Amino acid sequence: MNALRDLLIRQAGTTAFRLAIAGMAAFLVGAAAVAWLLFRETNAVLTDQTLATISAEAATLAREAQARGIPSLTYAVRLMSHQEGPGLYYLADPGGRKLAGNLNRVPPEIAGNPAGGVFRFETGEGAEKRERLGVAVPVSVAPGITLLVGRDVDEQRAFASRLKGSFLTGFVALGLTGLLAGLAMSRIALRRIEAMTATSRKIMAGRLSERIPLSGSGDELDDLAKSLNEMLERIELLMAGLKEVSDNIAHDLKTPLNRMRNRAEEALRDAGGPEAYRAGLERTIEDADELIKTFNALLLIAKLEAGAVQESSVTFDVGAMVRDVAELYEPVAEEAGLSLTITAGTGPAIRANRQLVGQAVANLIDNAIKYGRRTDGRSGMPAPEISVEVREVAAGAEIAVSDRGPGICAADRERALKRFVRLEQSRTQPGTGLGLSLVSAVARLHNGSVRLEDNEPGLRVVLVLPR
Amino acid sequence: MRLLVIEDDRETAQFLQKALRESGHTADLAGDGETGLAMAQGATYDALIVDRMLPKLDGLTVVKTLRAESNRTPVLILSALGDVDDRVKGLRAGGDDYLTKPYAFSELLARIEALGRRVVPEEQETRYAVGDLVLDRLSHRVTRGGEHILLQPREYRLLEYLMKNAGQVVTRTMLLEHVWDYHFDPQTNVIDVHVSRLRSKIDKTFDKPLLHTVRGAGYMISERAP
Repeated sequence: MNALRDLLIRQAGTTAFRLAIAGMAAFLVGAAAVAWLLFRETNAVLTDQTLATISAEAATLAREAQARGIPSLTYAVRLMSHQEGPGLYYLADPGGRKLAGNLNRVPPEIAGNPAGGVFRFETGEGAEKRERLGVAVPVSVAPGITLLVGRDVDEQRAFASRLKGSFLTGFVALGLTGLLAGLAMSRIALRRIEAMTATSRKIMAGRLSERIPLSGSGDELDDLAKSLNEMLERIELLMAGLKEVSDNIAHDLKTPLNRMRNRAEEALRDAGGPEAYRAGLERTIEDADELIKTFNALLLIAKLEAGAVQESSVTFDVGAMVRDVAELYEPVAEEAGLSLTITAGTGPAIRANRQLVGQAVANLIDNAIKYGRRTDGRSGMPAPEISVEVREVAAGAEIAVSDRGPGICAADRERALKRFVRLEQSRTQPGTGLGLSLVSAVARLHNGSVRLEDNEPGLRVVLVLPR
Repeated sequence: MRLLVIEDDRETAQFLQKALRESGHTADLAGDGETGLAMAQGATYDALIVDRMLPKLDGLTVVKTLRAESNRTPVLILSALGDVDDRVKGLRAGGDDYLTKPYAFSELLARIEALGRRVVPEEQETRYAVGDLVLDRLSHRVTRGGEHILLQPREYRLLEYLMKNAGQVVTRTMLLEHVWDYHFDPQTNVIDVHVSRLRSKIDKTFDKPLLHTVRGAGYMISERAP
């Protein structure tokens, strides 16, 4: 019982219930106004009808008296009194004696009132005796003669009170229905909102994959649930990304950190004296610099993914810029025994952050130099050359860097663009594992794209940047 | 050089003061933007080292205020912010150079010394000479001991920058920024390869090397080995 009471109290407190009750109250007020008008009009029509009948009869009787005298009037009244019907009459001579009529006296309520009015009278004898309501007006036919013409309006009164009763019953029924409907509506709304609350609690407890159930009706609560679910989806994705990054940081940064620590310890233990200490410290600083580089690359990617480098965007000639960067790497490639061919004219001009695009192109060429050679030593392969091309395409500029290395198999291409992913064969090469993911972040920031292709043999990375 | 370091982290500030003193400079310290601005206005310094995020008054406002008062003291801005736009904002505020934390002290030293030396406007120098190596900025001719050395345009600009800072350490990043105008990490030792190519042209056939590698810092062109 207490539980039920609590439930009702809780439901009565819901917005849905309050809205239902407010709506119902407004409706009831409107309905009452209509009912009152209806009642008043009906009453007025009935009263007018009665008054019209009375005055018509009064006029007839007055004419009769004038034309044929009192005895004839007495006869007429007696005749009318004996008819079945609602007509009420009373005729008395100047002495106060009743001459004719079905009323026995002038009702005290209207005695002396020249306009007549409403009065009570009794009919029947003994057990059948009943008090009824009548209305009558005095008619002047001759001096001293009293004539009352009236109507029994008891039927009308009964009709009016029945009308009132049914209106009241209707109102009570309407009110109850509204209350129940409000409770039911709030129950439904409450149940769905409770589902949302429950889901969010589960999510807060760490179960990120929970989703709010949809009712399938496509209503506004479903819309809300749908967009909340989409938001949860995005949050889960971001969280997963964050987790992946922190896992990778743990993995890829702990190793060099540990190496650095070992190196410092080794230097401390070294009996070689100041010279050895110095060498150990220098190597430690080099290790620290490598770590800083990795951190910087990570931070840069994170910032690029957050977007916004509007201020430093300029319009520049991609062809010239790429040629410039490639030339910076030309001697490095040469020392590594690779030939670097640059196919870039002037243009197209694009609007972008020059430094970021430069960094992306540098990363691509750097990768090509690091991985652009076959390691399996098979003969008959094309010469190890790197090709850098810039072409103008409909979308803007297409920068392609191709090598003759082992390439990346189709299945791994998607993964290679992700942060920290270093495909097995590259583990032995130095590097942060962030090169390609930085390129793809730069592309995304400029609304461009990166795709990896087969250079048959080798890898071809295509960076597309819009104008 | 007389320097002013405006940096709110005490430990960093004291490390800089000590290291700068060991390198032959004197450095005053200011712990917040307001004090720093007052000190920069009240005394003459050869260069300022300003942290970007400071209590009371941020670094960029300090620099902007000084520039508005026509104070032309060279400023090196230090920042933990490494955003692509931050550098542009720093230089736009009136900074002469911008260095992102964490930095190597050798990098900071090389940059501050390069800034402090900018007394003669570089346009007025038409000729650089180190020992018997001469670079003529008007005819773009390079000679050593009277012998003409043929350089690629990029090699010429590399040598020009090194000679402009003769006797001073120039870091790899400074070369990348001034010779190539790149402000990004080139991943590999690209600069080393370019410098070694230049070296083979200007030093190889001569007895006395002029282009020196400074371990852990960068390069220096000088008559005497560092």
